[in-house]
Amino acid sequence: MTSIITAIAFVILAPILGGLVAGIDRKVTARMQGRVGPPLLQPFYDVAKLFEKEDVTVTPSQNLYIIAYLVFMVVSGAYFFAGGDFLLVIFAFTLAHVFIVLGAYAAYSPYSYIGAERELITLMAYEPMVIFTAVGLYLVTGSFYISEIATSTVPAILYLPGVFLGFLTILTIKLRKSPFDISTSHHAHQELVKGLTTEFAGPVLGKVEIAHWYENVVLLGMIYLFFGFNPVLAIVVIALAYFLEIFIDNTFSRMKWQWTMKSGWGVAATLGFLNLVIVYYFYVGV
Amino acid sequence: MLPNNRIKDAIVALAGLVISLGSIYLFATSFTGGSVYFSFPFEPTAQVMFVIEVAISLLLLYLGMKFKQYVAVLLVLVQTAITLYFEMTMAGGLEPVKNLFIDEFSIIMALIIGIIGSLIAVYATSYMNTYHEHHPEIRDRRRMFFFVVFVFLAAMFGLVFSNNLLWVFFFWEITTLSSFLLIGYSETEEATNNAFLALKLNLLGGIAFAASFLYLATVDPSGGLFELDALIASGQSVAIIPAVLICFAGLTKAAQMPFSSWLVGAMVAPTPVSALLHSSTMVKAGVYIIVRFAPVLLGTLAGVALGMVGAVTFLLASAIAISQTNAKKVLAYSTIANLGLIVACASVGTPELVWAAIMLIIFHAVAKSLLFLCVGTVEHRTGSRDIEDMDGLIVKFPKIAVMIAIGIAGMFLAPFGMLISKWAAIEGFIDAPFGIVFVTILAFGSAVTVFFWAKWMGKVLSVTPFGENLEGSVSRGKWVVLSSLAALTVLAALLFPLVSSVLIEPYVLGVYGETARLAQDNIIIMLLMILLLLFLPLSLYTSSKESRKLPVYMSGRATTPDLKFAGSLGIQREMTTRNYYFDEYFGEKKLLRLGDPICILLILAAAALVAWGMSMGVVM
Repeated sequence: MTSIITAIAFVILAPILGGLVAGIDRKVTARMQGRVGPPLLQPFYDVAKLFEKEDVTVTPSQNLYIIAYLVFMVVSGAYFFAGGDFLLVIFAFTLAHVFIVLGAYAAYSPYSYIGAERELITLMAYEPMVIFTAVGLYLVTGSFYISEIATSTVPAILYLPGVFLGFLTILTIKLRKSPFDISTSHHAHQELVKGLTTEFAGPVLGKVEIAHWYENVVLLGMIYLFFGFNPVLAIVVIALAYFLEIFIDNTFSRMKWQWTMKSGWGVAATLGFLNLVIVYYFYVGV
Repeated sequence: MLPNNRIKDAIVALAGLVISLGSIYLFATSFTGGSVYFSFPFEPTAQVMFVIEVAISLLLLYLGMKFKQYVAVLLVLVQTAITLYFEMTMAGGLEPVKNLFIDEFSIIMALIIGIIGSLIAVYATSYMNTYHEHHPEIRDRRRMFFFVVFVFLAAMFGLVFSNNLLWVFFFWEITTLSSFLLIGYSETEEATNNAFLALKLNLLGGIAFAASFLYLATVDPSGGLFELDALIASGQSVAIIPAVLICFAGLTKAAQMPFSSWLVGAMVAPTPVSALLHSSTMVKAGVYIIVRFAPVLLGTLAGVALGMVGAVTFLLASAIAISQTNAKKVLAYSTIANLGLIVACASVGTPELVWAAIMLIIFHAVAKSLLFLCVGTVEHRTGSRDIEDMDGLIVKFPKIAVMIAIGIAGMFLAPFGMLISKWAAIEGFIDAPFGIVFVTILAFGSAVTVFFWAKWMGKVLSVTPFGENLEGSVSRGKWVVLSSLAALTVLAALLFPLVSSVLIEPYVLGVYGETARLAQDNIIIMLLMILLLLFLPLSLYTSSKESRKLPVYMSGRATTPDLKFAGSLGIQREMTTRNYYFDEYFGEKKLLRLGDPICILLILAAAALVAWGMSMGVVM
């Protein structure tokens, strides 16, 4: 049921793909703001430079937490691309996230502490909708296994439009896009120092960045699951969805954490829940 | 009698050892045996029990009058009246034969009671010594304390091995009495009030339990239905009424809303008592009996209604835990929440959910006892049980902080125990009636759970640049207990496939004729994750070059090493951090005002459904 080859392919290719996506993101963002923007490969140069910098920390335990963060990000993603159980993938991602949060707490710094607390808020905000996504896909395709969901011939999107919209909403939170980038941000102009990542520097920060690339690839992979019946369409939708996220990122300024909570839980409780109830009672899986 | 504390402590330790070895021996000798019934003579035992029950009632009446707790007195009178009426008019012809039994579920419970219960008792010896040093104003009643603790454990054993419902009830009432005495140990006004609160709410359950006997004796005067296995096998049309009554008693004992207040109040007791109540005794008796009746509740609307009580309790109690800064209170609400989840699983009652419920019972017992005892130790050393005072615990008490982290991880993180069960519960509920509502509640509840545990964990693990190691002052006996429980938390996660295949699956198979388990490749991934977690700390030692240490970013302010800086007007300020508690959203009062009425309505709905179903001749 699970495939080691796709998992290995993910481990090797995801950082390349994730870095490219980050490069495109910066380019498109720059164009939206009327700038030329950095070269496409700039994210790779940045990370390479981070690894050349001196290794400075507030406390050595930070390194440990960030290694754990990266390792579990890779493991969870690999299990996703191996075709494993969606729910286990979700829980493994939560574990990875808790590690970066602990790394931020460990520094005992006012800025990273605030960032850690806010990261937990975002975690709480998107978690129900992520579980709903897994549940919705299970109801439609009859399996929790990514391998079976992805290869299912059922046009999941037709049954799960509400769940899909809900997922797009929390995708904005998960990608740390404005208006929900409350824990840390790529945009300097609206950042409280650097939130969650304030106290990470050099190679440690490089690892955080790579873990983020891995995560983004998995998140985009989750969009694929709604369109598994037609791979070409799936890739088109992924591209459109990411463009939409960049667009939202550039048109909204950061909102308060309450707004993040309300958005995350709101879409889960309305769009997600209603959609699930309809599928649950009117459509019994194939 | 025994002047020397050392001797007393040694006796407790020895007794604990005997009990735990006994339960392990029981497991080793009988786990392959399936259900075995024993026809222990009924009549003489029943008379002894009756005498003890009357004595307990008189004691409670006396205490109730003494402390002017007239509601408690009234409840004792009602319950005694029911049991007396039953004994006088109905009990004569009853001759249950199979009074005692062992099956896989009893063995699991016995292992929990035997091992965790004894570890807590051993910890209590050294805890109570310190407790009385710190509180000279409290009367030293340690003899009574340890006597009641062991009576408590004995009653729990009796409860899980009794097949005769009258005996189950007898032990049930002893656990109520024991917890009453232990909660009131310090004899302060608050302790006494909270003890009576626990007593009153549990008596409500006791009355419902006793009422089921009137029904059972009317349906079958020969007393055959008083045998638990016979009652469960007798079919839903006969068993649903006693099942709902007894499960109601289970709800009170498992501190579900609207009865949750007694367990929160119980934290006035010395910490080992809390650990005992929350992990291996009392509340576990409540969910034990509901899990037993799961096959009767399966497929009934009444079962769904009771399950909803559990689900609502799970969600709201988890949310309340966010707003609490008192560590023991957070633990209390998390217990209530987890029991809610167990109740939800057991009341809906499909094989998958019963599997998940038993897993939850095991994992919760281990991790929660560890957490309580760690918090108790911290409180004795620092004088505070407030989470806000736990900054830099990893610096002051590195080992205890790691143990707290293990306990917390055990409560909510993959690949540890509780998460496995939550996950199994989600998969189980999807295919159950009204499953989508349960899954929704679970999805929100688990998000909330992540938040309150992770922020506590972060607090404990934050490395403050000040503070010194104070750990040397913790006694050796405590270390033995704490490290055993920490090891058990990890072992439970490593060995759960074994526990499942040796004990839980045979039990579920025996009850339902089919069984449930997690898929093999998922188990492998989980074990890999645990191994990864265990090896990660090694990377600290292998990193070749030491990274340079810098102080934290303080906006360029001149800051002293203990993070003080010159604020405006030259006043020296200290950098402090505080967690979010969101009292305005997740406040205790606010959510209880929401949860209590909902749960009361649900319980009434369950009762109405059963009554209506009876009048229509169907099982609702």
